[in-house]
Amino acid sequence: MSCTAPRPLVDAYLDGELDLMKSLEMEEHLRECAICSGAHEAGRNLRSSLQLQGLRFAAPADLRRRVRAGLRDEAKRETPAPIPWHWLSLAASFAVVAALVVGALPELGRQGSSQLFIDEIVAGHVRSLMVDHMTDVASTDKHTVKPWFDGKLDFSPAVVDLADHGFPLVGGRLDYLGSRPVAALVYRRQRHLINLFVWASAKEDPREHSLARQGFQVMHWWDRGMSHWAVSDLNAAELAEFAALVRERGG
Amino acid sequence: MTKPLWEKAKRADFEAAVLSHLDAAYNLARWLLRNEQDAEDAVQDALLRAFRFFADLRGGDGRAWLLTIVRNTCYSRFRKAGAGERNVALDEEVHDLNGGAVSPETEVIRQASSRSIQQALEALPVDLREAIVLRELEGLSYAEIASVAEIPIGTVMSRLSRARRRLQETLGEKEILP
Repeated sequence: MSCTAPRPLVDAYLDGELDLMKSLEMEEHLRECAICSGAHEAGRNLRSSLQLQGLRFAAPADLRRRVRAGLRDEAKRETPAPIPWHWLSLAASFAVVAALVVGALPELGRQGSSQLFIDEIVAGHVRSLMVDHMTDVASTDKHTVKPWFDGKLDFSPAVVDLADHGFPLVGGRLDYLGSRPVAALVYRRQRHLINLFVWASAKEDPREHSLARQGFQVMHWWDRGMSHWAVSDLNAAELAEFAALVRERGG
Repeated sequence: MTKPLWEKAKRADFEAAVLSHLDAAYNLARWLLRNEQDAEDAVQDALLRAFRFFADLRGGDGRAWLLTIVRNTCYSRFRKAGAGERNVALDEEVHDLNGGAVSPETEVIRQASSRSIQQALEALPVDLREAIVLRELEGLSYAEIASVAEIPIGTVMSRLSRARRRLQETLGEKEILP
């Protein structure tokens, strides 16, 4: 007597990897087939043995300490792009960023990393508003702003003119996000400032994503090898209009 | 942003997303390299690399990403030490003699001691060992194992079945049905 059900299928059932229909079929089969139910039983016993026998190693305490020390040294070695700071605003910006980092820490896992990054983007926007450092190059002319980035970044951001649609260019600056230097293009709609962060990035989701965070509107999209993040206290509809215009006129 | 503040923010971010999986990293390294000291060295190297390339993770699964780096670090050590450690992966078609079908015997695992299970696991070829460790000790899904080991899901399933069969043969006894 033999059974043609492949062993990996019984194992997949054991591992909870079969979809609903296949699981039901397998359950039915296990009721009828002594061989497969034996294999299933053996698989369960092997699992108990592996899990109960304390075979999973935990990192030794001193390893954890040494790893942390190594990371501290590595972090010191990494130099972000120098950004001149006005003394008075240092304390304020420290408080904002510290609050954002501490506040974001409880979010762990897959979602956590994106949440922390979005907080970082918003912090970048807030910092630029708080200090005397909105732009490194202040000009409404894209032909002045775009070349300013040459030699400072290993990519060339597209700078578009949207003054005819009510989004005049204010200027540009170098910023630092996600461990890399990025271009920050500053636009304005009346009294609302918009930071458009741009950097070269391997393919991401090209669709526009929009969300609100800490009272700001944030939009994200990927286009022609560049990741774009727009942050502003402007309302969502107008920021979406801005994003659509940038996409249309970009490159 | 001032430099020390930046360092602190990046480390806090990294701590939550990646360093929290240090136990999983060490466990995998320990089973791949079969040696405590080597595993510690590999984990330190891997975490340093993870920190340097932290920007690449953005929004992804920190555990799977870290384990991929740990695995690659361990395999580089194999290449440096020479082919001996490696236990070349068996060719799927040639060696799967049973054709994957369940044989007409019921296999029963006896109460095996911890030491003999440890030995049985260490005796597995490294490609089977990493699959079973990631599945049974770390609880990764087939898709996650496929991602960490950079193999197709079909290969994950085949390696797990072969690993389980070998362990059962080493640890268990066979009962022939009447």
